[in-house]
Amino acid sequence: MAELAQLLEDWEPVIGLEVHVQLATATKIFSPSATTFGAPANSLTDPLVMGMPGTLPVFNRSVLELALRLGVATGSQIRSKSRFARKHYFYPDQPKGYQISQFDEPLCENGHIDVILAGAVKRVKLERIHLEEDAGKNTHVGAVSHVDLNRAGVPLVEVVTAPELTSSEEAAEFMRSLHRLVRWLEISEADMEKGQLRCDANVSVRLRGEDRLGTRTELKNINSFKFVQNAIDHEIARQLRLIDSGGQVQRETRLWDATLGQSAPMRSKEEANDYRYFPDPDLPPLVVDGATMANILRALPELPAARFERYQKMQNLSADDARTLVGDRALADYFDTAIKARPGDTGRTIANWMLTELLGALNAGGITVAQSPMPPERLAALVVLVETGVISGKIGKEIFEESYRTGEEPAAIVQRRGVQQISDEPLLTAIIDSVVKRHQKQAEDYASGKDGLFGFFVGQVMKETQGRANPVMATELLHKRLGR
Amino acid sequence: MSSSPEFWTVTDTVKRVASGEISAVRAVNTLISRITNLDRELGAYLSTDETGALRDAAEVDRRRKENIPLGPLAGVPIALKDNLVTRGIPTTAGSKILQGWVPPFDATVVEKLRAAGAVILGKANLDEFGMGSSTERSAYKKTRNPWDTSRVPGGSSGGSAAAVAAGLAAASLGTDTGGSIRQPAAFCGVVGLKPTYGRVSRWGVIAFASSLDQVGPLTRTVKDAALVLQVIAGHDLRDSTSLDAPVPAFADAATGDVKGMKIGLPKEYFEGAIDADIRAALDRTIAALKDKGALFDDVSLPHTKLALPAYYLVAPAEASSNLARYDGIRYGKRAEGTDLLDVYRKSRGAGFGPEVKRRIMLGTYALRSGYYEAYYKKAQQIRALIKRDFDEVFAKVDVVLTPTTPTVAFRFNAKATPLDMYLGDIFTLACNLAGLPGMSVPCGISSDGLPIGAQLLGKPLDEVTVIRAGSAIEAAVGLGERRPAGIGGI
Repeated sequence: MAELAQLLEDWEPVIGLEVHVQLATATKIFSPSATTFGAPANSLTDPLVMGMPGTLPVFNRSVLELALRLGVATGSQIRSKSRFARKHYFYPDQPKGYQISQFDEPLCENGHIDVILAGAVKRVKLERIHLEEDAGKNTHVGAVSHVDLNRAGVPLVEVVTAPELTSSEEAAEFMRSLHRLVRWLEISEADMEKGQLRCDANVSVRLRGEDRLGTRTELKNINSFKFVQNAIDHEIARQLRLIDSGGQVQRETRLWDATLGQSAPMRSKEEANDYRYFPDPDLPPLVVDGATMANILRALPELPAARFERYQKMQNLSADDARTLVGDRALADYFDTAIKARPGDTGRTIANWMLTELLGALNAGGITVAQSPMPPERLAALVVLVETGVISGKIGKEIFEESYRTGEEPAAIVQRRGVQQISDEPLLTAIIDSVVKRHQKQAEDYASGKDGLFGFFVGQVMKETQGRANPVMATELLHKRLGR
Repeated sequence: MSSSPEFWTVTDTVKRVASGEISAVRAVNTLISRITNLDRELGAYLSTDETGALRDAAEVDRRRKENIPLGPLAGVPIALKDNLVTRGIPTTAGSKILQGWVPPFDATVVEKLRAAGAVILGKANLDEFGMGSSTERSAYKKTRNPWDTSRVPGGSSGGSAAAVAAGLAAASLGTDTGGSIRQPAAFCGVVGLKPTYGRVSRWGVIAFASSLDQVGPLTRTVKDAALVLQVIAGHDLRDSTSLDAPVPAFADAATGDVKGMKIGLPKEYFEGAIDADIRAALDRTIAALKDKGALFDDVSLPHTKLALPAYYLVAPAEASSNLARYDGIRYGKRAEGTDLLDVYRKSRGAGFGPEVKRRIMLGTYALRSGYYEAYYKKAQQIRALIKRDFDEVFAKVDVVLTPTTPTVAFRFNAKATPLDMYLGDIFTLACNLAGLPGMSVPCGISSDGLPIGAQLLGKPLDEVTVIRAGSAIEAAVGLGERRPAGIGGI
């Protein structure tokens, strides 16, 4: 059998993702029950969630606002009139016998998400983003099954990409980008461990240069960034080996088992459900008017991919630093406030102080940027003191530590401690003069070629000034005084 | 006016209870003993709630004594079709699959009736989930027509119609998906009003076909129907299809004044096979209304013949979806099985009757992937055409008059095939497909001594005109004090 790497020279993987994102509303999408995570089983229910006869869904408008933020942020076309449809299947986690979803008239279509890949941005097309309700949860204990309907009716958006990811790395990176984006937009906590972000992947392979897609399999239950990558890698390899040994990929749904690190067939195409979609007659069309759109657009923040580019171009940041900053909206917002407090200069120094001193202190304290005791304006003021030579970088770190701890303004600490750097040329010249006079012997030795003694004189000047001498200026003046 | 409350109108009952002429408890007790005596044979009720009814009646009496204002239906004994959800009172929809279910909430219409002081006597029999036209499809019992106990009361609100006709309730609520209020009203000689789609909340109505279902009153007079509609109508935030429209004073419209009213006679409703007695009754009705100053116009509703096929795609499709929730897992009857699929199969297999299964199969077929466009969607397009027919007619006339049914009440087991049964509903289906208000008013008695109903169809939200025309028919050719000959007559 040919090696995988060799097969991949001829064959190209094609991956499309279907990602479910839980929207962070206080109540369910069609009923007033709460959406809290981890509540006692079946405590977040009501007659509608239980699927009781006579109940009717009423759409929670706050769901629309969150979904629209994502729609607009992904450049999607928003339908002014979309529709809810019923998707039928029998399972105890679905108490009505159907899930309310959207089918041929989804809220958003033809959007895209910009994925940051090794410093470059790749634009991944989205076929659609639609609204739906989550199902409940079945747990099986021996011969008995338990149903918990707390999650039933929690609002979801399903984000469906075009089949245009070409590796497991790209797929995982897409997930990270989507995760970052929905958190950035404050529409979901997107905690994968709580099932707030869930991924299914459609995987196929085709000969390079071929336009048509190969037969795909659907992988379910890949609910961490790592599993996305592992499961897709595993499936690509499985398909290539199958083809290489003369077999054919079957259209089927496979379930990923993260513990075993492999997938198993769940159902074949023939066993697939006919969902019998039709427009839900209990719900009128979902109308998005101009005023709603205007509000969404007005409140939309600058997006991570745009900031990633701005930080590199306008603030001269490295790709790594820029990526770290946009990894968390609070961090990026901190940076933006800091550079605004100190206009006219590049943000590189501020970024350095944030990523080393600030993050170090926050991590040590186990708190987030949002909880930082050091506001961005104060960090910027400290950086200014260092950059304009009022204090040295070394002193700056001490000032940071004290200001972070006590909340005192950096300039005040500098004043109180008298640690301003000495950059006064006549004063430094006088100090150097007295040092050289006191060490005539060493001055003569240096003059006759003992280069190593230069450091001795720098040390003496620093000792004389308690480390406050401007080092650049002191070096320059010493050279002048010592004759070379 | 009788001194005994069984045939008092709603208006009379309210007046006499309010004046203290009779206590609500006595009025309700009279009907409870009447139910005990007569309903064994009539079969109108699936269950009664005597304790609750007497408690609510006592509350009305207490309020009266303490001069607390009484609601517009204070002390009025009412029957509810058993597909209306009632807190603490078993609700079955006439199906075995819901046997034993005691709902934890009240339908909006039930809340509104209670708030108005109405006293709920019990739950009336129906065809299972409202699927039928004779109440023969109830999984529990047979309801007889009080005019002739060898005949059906109509359906699916057969229990509601029979109870009111026989004086076992002052008024009742039914639901109407394709004629299920109007047809039994016609068969039992009472007034049945199906409001505009969205006029009355569907919260707490056990769904048959969501885009067609509507709750309405069955009463012995047009004014009573208007009074009850007044109470149950109105916007409800719990039903997204309920209309946010003002509720006019319906009862004030029952004036009998039709002078200058333009009434359309759609030719498609008069050309098929119709009982001669029904034709004659309609002719007399038209003549009487002309005498009162109404103006008649021959109109055409060309897509009428498509109503039946469209209805039998839309209604079963929605039903197949609405009934998917009955799986025996959370409520109702669960059959034992070897695995989940087996539990589903056995629970649904034992829980649903043959007519319900037939419609679930039809609907499931119509919604199959690849068939949706050809069936459900096509049927919805036909609905739009039917609605357009009515829009065009209502540009010329105020209201449309037709027979409610092509025949009078038929005998038990008279319909050999399901299609025979479906064909009896040809005059009532279009009203639901177009979402219009419709009413059946008694307009005569056949040579067999059976009631005949005239149907009025109005513009959307124009129940007022329907009520006005209905009260004119009632005054001119109604049944007056004539009571059923079979059961309950005096």
